[in-house]
Amino acid sequence: MLKSRVIPCLDVKDGRVVKGINFVNLRDAGDPVESAIAYDAAGADELCFLDITASHEKRGTILNVVQRTAEACFMPLTVGGGVRTIEDMRQLLLAGADKISINSAAVADRKIVSDGAQKFGSQCIIVAIDAKRVAPGKWEIFTHGGRNPTGIDAVGYAKDVVGRGAGEILLTSMDRDGTGKGFDIDLTRAISDALSVPVIASGGVGTLDHLVEGIRDGHAAAVLAASIFHFGTYTIAQAKEHMRRAGLHVRAACEADQ
Amino acid sequence: MGVAIIDYGSGNLHSAQKALERAARESGSSAEIRLTSDPEEVRKAERIVLPGVGAFADCRRGLDAIEGMVEALDEAVIENGRPFLGICVGMQLMATRGLEHQVTEGLDWISGDVVAIGPGDKSLKIPHMGWNTLNVRRDHKLLDGIATGENGLHAYFVHSFHLEPSSADILVAETDHGGALTAIVGRDNLIGTQFHPEKSQTLGLALLRNFLHWRP
Repeated sequence: MLKSRVIPCLDVKDGRVVKGINFVNLRDAGDPVESAIAYDAAGADELCFLDITASHEKRGTILNVVQRTAEACFMPLTVGGGVRTIEDMRQLLLAGADKISINSAAVADRKIVSDGAQKFGSQCIIVAIDAKRVAPGKWEIFTHGGRNPTGIDAVGYAKDVVGRGAGEILLTSMDRDGTGKGFDIDLTRAISDALSVPVIASGGVGTLDHLVEGIRDGHAAAVLAASIFHFGTYTIAQAKEHMRRAGLHVRAACEADQ
Repeated sequence: MGVAIIDYGSGNLHSAQKALERAARESGSSAEIRLTSDPEEVRKAERIVLPGVGAFADCRRGLDAIEGMVEALDEAVIENGRPFLGICVGMQLMATRGLEHQVTEGLDWISGDVVAIGPGDKSLKIPHMGWNTLNVRRDHKLLDGIATGENGLHAYFVHSFHLEPSSADILVAETDHGGALTAIVGRDNLIGTQFHPEKSQTLGLALLRNFLHWRP
């Protein structure tokens, strides 16, 4: 049986790990490659790097981080942040990324999703969706770290990009991100149930129960979290054990050590 | 000599190389792991690995674009019996045909077609993406020392198509996603994994170590 995945996300700025509180007030939590190696050994199911400043500043350091990580970690690696072109994708894939997450560029022109899927395969094209609740049962896409509203309906957009070849959706609630209050379950379920592809729930994890809720109630295939892992509040093993006790199917964290 | 990983423009070869290097180091193998797009090197290699991500037809085109590569593979693998490992689409390419978007001819080393996964349960997601266990159908050296079954180790899968072998004795292991999916196929000196050993941590490194020491 396919297992629910736990994915630590490392927000990277200038080659260093940070975690934004609502994408402002950044704190330095160390070297991304060291963190990646630690998460690999700890039994994380995948890793995610988000180059959070790449939308505004020069990129480049991330390629080096990805390459060094891929040399040391034998687990799937997703990289996103500032991916604008097919060439950006190619460079990240060649550096060792397994999946590429596209956000603002797909909102600006959805053709990048079909082009990327055609070129590299749907399995490596993740569309990251940052959504905010605008009315009951209605969510809108925001870009640029939650600053720019687009007027685009999140559910309709998600269906459209999957039709264009996105193999997975990374869904972040901008209302919950950095709050520690848990996922926006209604949003997660609305998107998951509308799609044939897996959804990664993101934004708001503060407790281990939140991880369970994302899978059980939000119908997500994977849960992504940052702070609770980075600052040592919980280990991956504790998260997995908690999910297992709640009746979810997970891969034991200790597999990574055997 | 050593191990040739075929470089034909299909993503993430770096990971396969690094994982094989580590597997070699951990198991006392002195095999040199080399990425190559040179058919002559493939002819001389002791072992051959064909990775592959993306669409079947694209990968086939990539392989055909290197003059003499398919012939070199046939010579080394089929005529000279060198141990061969196909990974993901590299495994699918061993089949007779791929039916992804269009009909594409495979290498026809393993009789069968590559077809879309269609789980009966519509709540199950496609691609089959993530960690799953292996159900062994036939003992194989590459699984030596690897715990399988529902409580066994996990392998990392990411695919929407799988190889349906035309005869059951080619099937080495399956995985379950709303029905049985092909996880490993093999015969003689040929082995192919639908999952990514280079991304499968403990299970993957153990399988790669076994491959480096395999004497079919």
